[in-house]
Amino acid sequence: MTSTTDPNGAASRRDFIRTTTAAVVGSTLATSMNLPGAWAAGSDEIKVGLIGAGGRGTGAVDNVLTAAQGVRLHVIGDLFPDRLKDSLENLSKHGDKAAVPAERQFTGWDAFEKVIASDVNYVILATPPGFRPTHLKAAIAAGKNVFTEKPVFVDSHGYKTVLEAFEEANKKGLGVVAGTQRRHHAAYLEAMKRVQDGAIGDVVAARAYWNQGGLWNKPRQQNWTDMEYQIRNWLYYTWLSGDHIVEQHVHNLDVANWGVGSVPVKVVGVGGRQARTQPEYGHIYDHFGLDYEYANGVHLMSMCRQQAGTPGLVAEALVGTKGVLETQDGVRYEIKGPSAWKWDTKKEFTNPYVQEHTDLIASIRAGKPLNELKQVAGSTLTAVAGRTAAYTGKVVTFEQLAATDESLAPQKLTFGPIAVPPVAIPGSADTM
Amino acid sequence: MRMRILCGSALAAVAAAQLVTTTRLGAQAAAAPDAPAPYTESIPDTKITFDMVPIPAGSFTMGSPDSEANRQPDEGPAHVVKVDGFYMGKLEVTWDEYDQFGFKLDLQRKRKLGITLPQDAADAVTRPTPPYADESWGWGKEKQPVIGITHNSAVKYCEWLSARTGKKYRLPTEAEWEYAARAGTKTAYSFGDDPATAGDYAWFRANSEEQPHLGGKKKANAWGLYDMHGNVAEWVGDLYAADFYGTPAATAPNPYNDPGTALYPHSVRGGSWDDDPAKLRSAARRASDVKWSRRDPQNPKSIWWHTDATFVGFRVVRELDKAGAK
Repeated sequence: MTSTTDPNGAASRRDFIRTTTAAVVGSTLATSMNLPGAWAAGSDEIKVGLIGAGGRGTGAVDNVLTAAQGVRLHVIGDLFPDRLKDSLENLSKHGDKAAVPAERQFTGWDAFEKVIASDVNYVILATPPGFRPTHLKAAIAAGKNVFTEKPVFVDSHGYKTVLEAFEEANKKGLGVVAGTQRRHHAAYLEAMKRVQDGAIGDVVAARAYWNQGGLWNKPRQQNWTDMEYQIRNWLYYTWLSGDHIVEQHVHNLDVANWGVGSVPVKVVGVGGRQARTQPEYGHIYDHFGLDYEYANGVHLMSMCRQQAGTPGLVAEALVGTKGVLETQDGVRYEIKGPSAWKWDTKKEFTNPYVQEHTDLIASIRAGKPLNELKQVAGSTLTAVAGRTAAYTGKVVTFEQLAATDESLAPQKLTFGPIAVPPVAIPGSADTM
Repeated sequence: MRMRILCGSALAAVAAAQLVTTTRLGAQAAAAPDAPAPYTESIPDTKITFDMVPIPAGSFTMGSPDSEANRQPDEGPAHVVKVDGFYMGKLEVTWDEYDQFGFKLDLQRKRKLGITLPQDAADAVTRPTPPYADESWGWGKEKQPVIGITHNSAVKYCEWLSARTGKKYRLPTEAEWEYAARAGTKTAYSFGDDPATAGDYAWFRANSEEQPHLGGKKKANAWGLYDMHGNVAEWVGDLYAADFYGTPAATAPNPYNDPGTALYPHSVRGGSWDDDPAKLRSAARRASDVKWSRRDPQNPKSIWWHTDATFVGFRVVRELDKAGAK
């Protein structure tokens, strides 16, 4: 498990930033000698570049601007001008901290390159996940600290790219935190600490669920090409979202991996497209049920669905030799057994979507940057492996999958016609 | 079919739907022919019904006296308020009712069965976008009270319900809510001043097992309303203002602090499964807060769903016709 900062240390971190500016500047200057462009000389201001100005990217700017002092949105980029405009309007409540002049607003396919080429030192990656490996690679290559939304890839080629970016970020001393916000959530951190301290004994099994109804889709406009339609409805195309198991259920799989302390080695399972079959929902599945196995023989039962009108459950559990941890974000965090424990849901704690930025910024300013890329890559691979098992019907080993180096992206990224891939049929020749 | 036979115009059909779908329950109606009687509303072309009970016009003292235990400053000054009669939902609105609107189940059914309803105004009401989560928080939906929806959602549901049924449904005003909750009492709760008996009337922190419950399982108040104390806290129409009771508007007949288009703060009443008895008191007020959407990671945040308000729901009221009955 990758440790994060002390969940109860929010106050002391703030104190640290306030009272030790000189020391922080000192350490930043030391770092900045190795990192041209990462820091403005003599300043520890965080200059944020946003790549992907949709609802989540814009929300992430809200979060980072409240996460620490000395943070400003400096550059913004999106494929679509309308999304960029809406985003800046929605951010206008922050005043100067989010006022980005026209010359630092970029749209189009190369918007991400222009954001990364600017003098920002903190990049937020919030486009659809299919673009993430390219953006991560470019941001790390340019020496930027990164907050990346989850998942961090959708295919095995992306996995390879992200692992390389992880190594390079380590070499360059760059901070990378991922939007698996449960890792920065005080209740989850307290629960996991107890598990590590033996509160449930040895973990022998795990469970993970993200069952919910359907999600949004955007009706096709006259002037939209296939490419634009797919990207605006990115949830429903595997090359963009990875399917809902990768895009959404990765949160719960990440908690299971966190609790077990590793990434599974193989998976078998089922899935399909049964209730949500209309063409506006692309070609992804609407349910998965999977049995993962870790190297130590522990099994993880995973279930996720997006079927309207069915009862929901978003939760995780770790079964130990002496007790059980059950977590359901927003509802309860509880250990059952001799070392029973319950998180007091009345207790105030920092919003995890803010805390993840607070932790990243504090780590950068302290000269000890967090790098969560390997951890989130492991959980993303877990989800991709599950999808592959369901799509093909085969037992998928993580080792084999990682070696396939498969890319789902279209050959050329350009506005124009693009086919909708067929719905995967397990056992058929074209699924692997 | 029924509709086509009856209707000459959309309006006539609305009136017809009202007659056909309204079942009078009142034995009392016989005793006082002009008095409003309880009735069961049916959502057209579904098997879903809910019960409405009449609340007589009258006056009451709104707010709490300084002497009341756990009293908060926003509950005063206590002041006399005059309220017209209305109908109020016997229970809090359930997911079964809400999802017809919230997840367009009515439209789906129409598509599937080729039903043509004349009340197309209902189809025009803006509908919620689906939430990126499980809106029932793992507690299931059948007959369970709605939770975690915004004030805007509750208002829009009432608009939709009005268009579907041809009757004027809306959220209660804060004054109507407290008047109905008190049901003629002046004590801290409609069952007296002693919170020790709260368990007979309410789901709250100590007995809820930290979750909302099916409505109507505890004792009703004197006017036949269930779960006014506890279970889910209830949206009212008003903008929350801590000092509203001290303003002249508070003592006008049928007081109402119009929120306009404000997103926050609205008043929420009755306390919830997540509260201690002090917050369940008839006079206790709570203001909605942007924190109720703190884990919504989007900007703009959803105008339909709260990510951090599993304790809030609502019930509907219906105004009486000018004539006083029906």
